Amino acid sequence: MDIKRRQFLKIAGLSTIAGLGAPAAFNLLLKGETSPVLHASSGGGAEASHEAAPTGVRLAMVIDQRVFDAKEGLAQKCTTACHTVHNVPDFGNKKDEIKWIFEVPYEKAFTAKSHNHKNKSLHDSSFLVLCNHCDNPPCVRACPTKATFKRKDGIVAMDYHRCIGCRFCMAACPYGMRSFNWRDPRPFIDQATHNKEFPTRMRGVVEKCNFCVDRLAKGLQPACVEATGNTGAMVFGDLNDSHSEIRKVLDENFTIQRKPALGTQPSVFYII
Amino acid sequence: MYDGKYIIPGLIVFVALATFPIWKNMGNAGVAPKPEKPKGVTKCVEPAQYMRTSHMKLLDDWRDEVLRDGDRTPIEVDGVKYEKSLMNGCMKCHEDKKKFCDECHVYASVKPYCWDCHFLPKETF
Amino acid sequence: MLEKALTGSNRYWGWIAVLLAFMAAGALSYVQQFNYGLGLTGMSRDVSWGIYIAQFTFLVGVAASGVMVVLPYYLHDYKTFGKITILGEFLAVAAVSMCLLFILADLGQPMRALNVLLHPTPNSILFWDMIVLNVYLFLNIFVGWVVLTAEKKEVAPPKWIKPFIYISIPWAVSIHTVTAFLYAGLPGRHFWLTAILAPRFLASAFAGGPALLILLCLIVKRVTKFDAGREAIQKLVTIVIYAALINVFFVLLEFFTAYYSNIPGHMHTLDYLFFGLHGHGQLVPWMQVSAIFCIISIVMLIVPATRKREDTLAIACVLLFIALWIDKGIGLVIGGFVPSPLEEITAYHPSFQEIMITLGVWATGALILTVLYKIALAVKEEKMIS
Repeated sequence: MDIKRRQFLKIAGLSTIAGLGAPAAFNLLLKGETSPVLHASSGGGAEASHEAAPTGVRLAMVIDQRVFDAKEGLAQKCTTACHTVHNVPDFGNKKDEIKWIFEVPYEKAFTAKSHNHKNKSLHDSSFLVLCNHCDNPPCVRACPTKATFKRKDGIVAMDYHRCIGCRFCMAACPYGMRSFNWRDPRPFIDQATHNKEFPTRMRGVVEKCNFCVDRLAKGLQPACVEATGNTGAMVFGDLNDSHSEIRKVLDENFTIQRKPALGTQPSVFYII
Repeated sequence: MYDGKYIIPGLIVFVALATFPIWKNMGNAGVAPKPEKPKGVTKCVEPAQYMRTSHMKLLDDWRDEVLRDGDRTPIEVDGVKYEKSLMNGCMKCHEDKKKFCDECHVYASVKPYCWDCHFLPKETF
Repeated sequence: MLEKALTGSNRYWGWIAVLLAFMAAGALSYVQQFNYGLGLTGMSRDVSWGIYIAQFTFLVGVAASGVMVVLPYYLHDYKTFGKITILGEFLAVAAVSMCLLFILADLGQPMRALNVLLHPTPNSILFWDMIVLNVYLFLNIFVGWVVLTAEKKEVAPPKWIKPFIYISIPWAVSIHTVTAFLYAGLPGRHFWLTAILAPRFLASAFAGGPALLILLCLIVKRVTKFDAGREAIQKLVTIVIYAALINVFFVLLEFFTAYYSNIPGHMHTLDYLFFGLHGHGQLVPWMQVSAIFCIISIVMLIVPATRKREDTLAIACVLLFIALWIDKGIGLVIGGFVPSPLEEITAYHPSFQEIMITLGVWATGALILTVLYKIALAVKEEKMIS
C-alpha cells in the first residue's frame, strides 16, 4: 500500500472515532449523566424503597387440601379467578399453553414423596400447584438479565420488558411452573372477562404466578385466595409476623412442601 | 482516474440518493404535531418540557420503582393522586391515544409497542 | 487476504451458491418465526429447548476441539500439526459463529439480546457463556489471521501473538465447561445434574471436533493441492480414538450410577431415551443408532486396515460425528426435559421452519468455513508454488 494512503486512512479512522466519541464523552463529563437503565436496576431501592402498603417481609401461602377435597369445583374456581384477573390466554392446545395455577394429581405434585399404598382419598385428590416463590430460587440464579428477580417481600417477580425469552429460567425451575408466550397472546384472551387494569404480555417472554403483587398493593388478597371465600382452603400472609394467621396454621398443622430436598425453600405449604 | 466515466456518475448518484431525505423536504418541517391536552387538568406529573424529552425514561424509572422496589407511592399533583403507571396513571387523563400520543409519535415516525400489552382506556379488542 | 476468497473454480462458486440458497431459505423461515413467535417450532411448555439449543451445545464442543491441534503444536512443539493449526482455528471460528446464531434464533425477544450486556448478572451462567464464547471467537479470528498473514509474508509470527495463543488453550476448555455448567447446576433436572457432565462434554468434543477436522483435511486434499500429511491425520485419529473411548466410558458410568442405585429420578430419562418409558419411545431409534454408529466407528478407527485407508477413515469419522451429534444434540438436551418436573412426558418434533432455520445456520457456518479455508489454503498453495 502507498504510504501516504495508509497515513490518510489512519488519520481518517482516528478522527472518526474521536468524532463519534467526543459528544458522548462531553455529555458524560459535563452533565454527569449515567445510563438510566444501569442506575435504576442496580438497587436504586437503597434510597428509594419505602413500601406503599405494609405487605410484610416474607409472603407465603398454605393450601389446605382437606377443604379442596371436600368441595368439588373449588380448585377450578381458583384457576379461573387467577387466569381472568391476569389476562392469561387460553390457546386451546397443550403445546402453547400458559398456566399460572393448575391442578395435578398427588404423584405429579409431590414427586419426592412415596406413592405406595396411598390412602384412598389421595387417589382422587387433585392439588393446586403454582409458583412457589422460593426463598432460594434457581430461576433467579439462572436469569442472565435479572428479568426475574426476588423482591424484598419474598415474591419472585417478572419484568416482561427486560425478558429476552431465553427460557433458561424454565429449564431451571424444578417445579415446572413457568410458561412461555410461544405466540401473541392477545387473540386468545377472553374479551368478555378480561381485566382492563392489568396488562397482557407480548410473545417471546416467560410468565408465571406473581402472588398477585398488583392486588396486594391495593390491600386485596390474591385472586385464588379470594376465590376460596371463607372456606379457609387457602391462607396467605406474612411468615415473619408471628401473630399472623398463616403462622398459626403452620404451627398447628403438619404441612408438606414440593421437592424439599432441593434446598429451594418454597413459600407454598400443603396440608394433606 | 481508471474507469472514471463510471465512477464519477456513480458517486454523484450515490450522494444524491444518500442525501435524499435532506433535499426532498428542503426547508419544510412538515405540519407540527398538535397533541390534544386533556380537558380540565392543567398540570401533569412533570413539566411539559421534561415530559417531551424524557417521558420514556420516566416510565422506565416508574417500572423499576414499582416492580423491583415495591414503591407504589402515588404522585400527587394539585391534590390529586396519580398511580405510577401508564395504563392506570397517565391514561386516566390522556385518554385518547390517537389525539395525544400518536400525534407526536407518528410525526417522529416512532412506533412504541406499549399498547401491545397495556390496555387503552376505551379499548375494544 | 480476503480477496483470495473472491477467486475460485466453478465448483467453488457452485458450492457457495448452494450454501447461499440454504441461507436464504433459513432466513425466510426465520422471518416467519420472528413474526409469529417461537410457537412456529416444535417446542412446548414442557420441552422448552429444542434443536436450536441442541445444535448450540454440540457446536460449542466442535469449537473447543481446535485446542487439540493448537496445544500439541504450541505447547509441546509437535511440528507435525504445524500445517493444520490454522484449519483448527478457523473451524473454531465457524463453529462459534454458528453457536451465536443458534442462540439468537432461539431467543423469544432477540432485539433485547443486548440486555445481557446492559444488565450484567454474574450469578447467571448464561452471562458467562456469552462472555467466554465471544472472547473465544475473537481469539481465534485474531490468532488465525495474524499467524496466516505471517505465513503469507514468509516470516515467523510476531512475538506478541504468543500470549493470545496460550490463552486460547485453557479458554477452549472453559467454553465447553461453562456450557456444561448451564446444565449441570439446575436442581430440577436430574439427567443433567451430574458432576461428570463437563468431562463428558469435553470428551465428546475432543472426539467429534477432530473427527470433523480429519474429514475436512481429506476433503481439502481432494479439492486443493494442500495435503495435511499422513502423520498429522493419523495423530488426529489417535486423539479421536482416546476421546471417543473416554466418552463411551463416561456414558457407561452414567448408566451404572442410574441403574445400580435404582433411583427412579436418575433412571427415568435414560429409560426414555434408550428403552422407552411408559410406552413413549420416540427417541429410542435415534439413541440406538447413535450407540451403534459410535461402536462401529471406534472399531473402524482402531483396526489399522480401516484406519489407514482414506475412504474407510472418512466413513468412520462421519459415523462418529453423527453418533456424537445425536448423543449431545438430541439425547442430552431433549432428554433433560423428559420427564418434566411434574413427571409428564411430552414428545418433541421439530417443525419445518425450525429445520430450515437450523439448516440455514449450518449453511452460514459452512460458508464462513469455506471462505476462511479458501483464504488459508490459497496462502499455503502460493507458498508451495514459490
